[in-house]
Amino acid sequence: MTSSKDLQGYYESLLKEVDEKLNDLYSKETEEEFNQKLKENGFSRRDFLKWASFLTATLMLPPAFESRIAKAAAIKERTPIIWLHMAECTGCSESFLRTREPDIATLIFEQVSLTYHDTLMMASGERVEKHLDEAIQRYKGKYICIIEGAIPTKDGGIYLRVGSKGETGLERAKRVTKDAKVNLAFGTCAAFGGVQAAHPNPTGAKGVHDALGIEIVNVPGCPPNSVNMVGTLLHILLFDKIPPLDLLYRPLWAYGSRIHDYCERRAHFDAGEFVEEWGDEGAKKGWCLYKMGCKGPLTYNNCSRYRFNQGTNWPIGAGHGCIGCSEPNFWDTMAPFEEPNDESGIRIPASKGVEAASDEIGSFLAGATAAAVGIHAAGSIIRAKASKTSQKESE
Amino acid sequence: MAEKKHVVIDPITRIEGHLRIEIDVKDGKIENSWSSGTLWRGIEPILQGRDIRDAGLLVQRICGVCTWAHYEANTMSAEVALGIRPPTNARLVRNMINASQFMHDHIVHFYALHSLDWADVAGALKADPVRANELAHQFSKQPYNASVEHYKEVIEKLKKFVASGQLGPFSGAYLGNKLYKLPPEGDLIVISHYLDALYVQVILAQMMAIYGAKNPHPQSLVVGGITSVMDMLDARRLGQYTSKLAEVGNFIQHAYLPDIDLITHFYKDEFSEGWGCGSYNFLSYGGFPETNDWKAEYRYLPQGVIYDRDLSRVEKVDERHITESVVHSWYKGPNKGVYPGEEDTIPEYTGLNDDGTLKKDGKYSWIKAPRYKGKMMEVGPLSRMLVGYALNHNNIRELVDAYLSKHNAEPRQMFSTVGRTAARAIETFYIWYGAHKWADDLVANLKQGDERTWTRFEYPEEETNTSVALYEAPRGSLAHFVRIKGKKVTHYQVVVPSTWNASPRDEKGQRGAYEESLIGLPVPDTEEPLEVLRTIHSFDPCLACAVHITDVDSGKIKKFKVEV
Ligand code: SF4
Ligand code: SF4
Repeated sequence: MTSSKDLQGYYESLLKEVDEKLNDLYSKETEEEFNQKLKENGFSRRDFLKWASFLTATLMLPPAFESRIAKAAAIKERTPIIWLHMAECTGCSESFLRTREPDIATLIFEQVSLTYHDTLMMASGERVEKHLDEAIQRYKGKYICIIEGAIPTKDGGIYLRVGSKGETGLERAKRVTKDAKVNLAFGTCAAFGGVQAAHPNPTGAKGVHDALGIEIVNVPGCPPNSVNMVGTLLHILLFDKIPPLDLLYRPLWAYGSRIHDYCERRAHFDAGEFVEEWGDEGAKKGWCLYKMGCKGPLTYNNCSRYRFNQGTNWPIGAGHGCIGCSEPNFWDTMAPFEEPNDESGIRIPASKGVEAASDEIGSFLAGATAAAVGIHAAGSIIRAKASKTSQKESE
Repeated sequence: MAEKKHVVIDPITRIEGHLRIEIDVKDGKIENSWSSGTLWRGIEPILQGRDIRDAGLLVQRICGVCTWAHYEANTMSAEVALGIRPPTNARLVRNMINASQFMHDHIVHFYALHSLDWADVAGALKADPVRANELAHQFSKQPYNASVEHYKEVIEKLKKFVASGQLGPFSGAYLGNKLYKLPPEGDLIVISHYLDALYVQVILAQMMAIYGAKNPHPQSLVVGGITSVMDMLDARRLGQYTSKLAEVGNFIQHAYLPDIDLITHFYKDEFSEGWGCGSYNFLSYGGFPETNDWKAEYRYLPQGVIYDRDLSRVEKVDERHITESVVHSWYKGPNKGVYPGEEDTIPEYTGLNDDGTLKKDGKYSWIKAPRYKGKMMEVGPLSRMLVGYALNHNNIRELVDAYLSKHNAEPRQMFSTVGRTAARAIETFYIWYGAHKWADDLVANLKQGDERTWTRFEYPEEETNTSVALYEAPRGSLAHFVRIKGKKVTHYQVVVPSTWNASPRDEKGQRGAYEESLIGLPVPDTEEPLEVLRTIHSFDPCLACAVHITDVDSGKIKKFKVEV
């Protein structure tokens, strides 16, 4: 894991770089132009500044970034995006669509260009095929490639073939990621293989990093909260830089702490008050779901801070335990979902009033996760090194 | 006589998943067609041996759009196997969540994925805002978000969009294609609602999250009941649900339904000639249980089978007549249909021809071929509205008749792409109406002091019989077949709506619903197979999408001149 000291260093150098760039590019004219654009879209300057401070907080950046985000948004150039669908359920695209965090992000995104996205395109067949080829050529080294879904690799990848020539998903992913500026894996499928890679993984499905051995930023979750996808993308767009990552290449701002650390039911965990059966008195009172299988103590994600659908609700809020959907192989390692994980080493407070040693749990888990996926603990802060080491023990 | 031309359309966009259509075109008409699913994920083998309580969460990852559908269908079949039923509160909350899913799915499908098959962006740019406002008032007393001012703004937005070269989802569109029939003002009305729907879908997703935890992939359903008891007991939550329901109702009544009338009016030839419906048989399992024993007669969406388009006779559904054939699918299996309770899913991939086309005489799809009593069936909103019509179920017949009489149309015209699209809109209104009822029923039940949300159960020591809960997903009939021993799943098969509709041929050579519906449709220009997309999309082959993200590619737009 990246330590907080490393992070501080990262932010300091990032701030310097951003300032240098902004000095060159930012001017009164750009600001006026941008203000005009805001106005046309029905936003005030104040809305915009509010958004910048919201984003600063969401990305867990130091407050000094607030004014830089505001400036960077005004001058940002358009970045083409190619979004590929592999073996997936499209839940990630769906989740992405629910973004309203807040609406200004939409405006900023209008400066992004979604050059290719299967589920959005008007035309079908040959015409979009040509479109993809041209886009790769034209934006060589400049586009962001987003992959949704796992890559089937067994039997030469024949379980997914796309296009009139029957190109396999594997070939397609190789071809498109090769010339991208940054490759992003959206969702647990693209990051770690996801549901189709669950035992016995009949199609040899793998996450992008495992299948292609390339550098990647993983934004897992099944699906990830739109906050995490949009936030990571905005960080890259605004600063032209990948945010700091953990050992599984997940952005630390989103995956740096556990669900359990910020859970609204945490006081009940510490007090030893648990739901023992669905719909019982404890369930009506909002007690802790650990005994009903909650994997919040094992899961690094920010759901407990941001909830879903504009803060409407989230699984633990709705009385269901966390299933650990942003962790590698969670379909196998976190199951059964309605029972506590015996091997996790979590000590439940025995009786009411006993406090849990949460720090101990945390460090145990950080170690356990890294060991379980066999990743070397040598990732640099900004760029996780491409590692050939398989993330899955199974293969 | 023109030459026969073979055309491959892959990928088919604006759907969920990976679909290929191949057609033979002769004299500008489709003579033959093949539908192929090009991705296999192997979900069924993955389910073997898993804890039955985990299966629902896993199967909902079959589809990221109707995620509640698989989750609930799985849970209900597990409950059948375990011999239990959830308490009244759980049934009602499930129906309320499901209602939000249906409305979400239908609205997003029609606007984001389908409306551009009917409305031409090129037309909208030419529209006169004053006349557009008049036209909107012709189809609705209080048209949604309609005013001369607003239409002006939408045109400005579109013009900017096009002038900047950022066509986004519209890039490569079949602009100005002759098969588009709306007047420019009609194009503008529909496209302005396309933009409004982007907002409405967020509200509907929030509606699901109130009791369902989140959207997509809700997480409050468990075998035996639901977990969101705190939300259920919180009156503010109900207030949120009903106020969002009102907001969505406004859109359904003043945008969606009038737009369907508009389309029906201007596509009246296609409607009366029955374009795009090759199906003769229609199947609906019935959905939204109204009683705790889930009796078929008391479901809000009706159950039944219609043969040969005969609306005077409806047969009850017996799941033992469902079979799946894999003769033309990439699986091992006998040369006949097999009951899903006895079936395996063992892949046997035989590849494509050297030129990349499908091997039509052999296996050519990852989709199996389900049949009912050996016959091909269409499933989905059209089937449900037809079965409801034929059975005179609740007020479905009144709703369909009201629509038909507005257009001076006969019931037989429902057998068409226009009819299929209208059926979905009528059903959206019908479900919206139902959601109020379940919310009222929930309040009434809570008032009686009943707070139960879960039914306790025992795990079977012996393996259970094959159990199935017949279910309706937004896109059609859905069945999960399961056997359980102890806590473990010992057998699992899923027959999903798109399997029925996108089915390849069976051992008798009978085509599936997509394949059949394309026969005879005009394709004047094979580079722009608009009519193929219109018909295929009208089945809603899943997914919904439309991000506010645009495209810098300006190459395509050059041939299309805009006066700004
Ligand atoms: S990560 Fe989950 S939501 Fe996203 S595509 Fe995979 S299964 Fe669907
Ligand atoms: S175990 Fe789960 S419900 Fe309990 S405090 Fe931790 S995250 Fe929250």
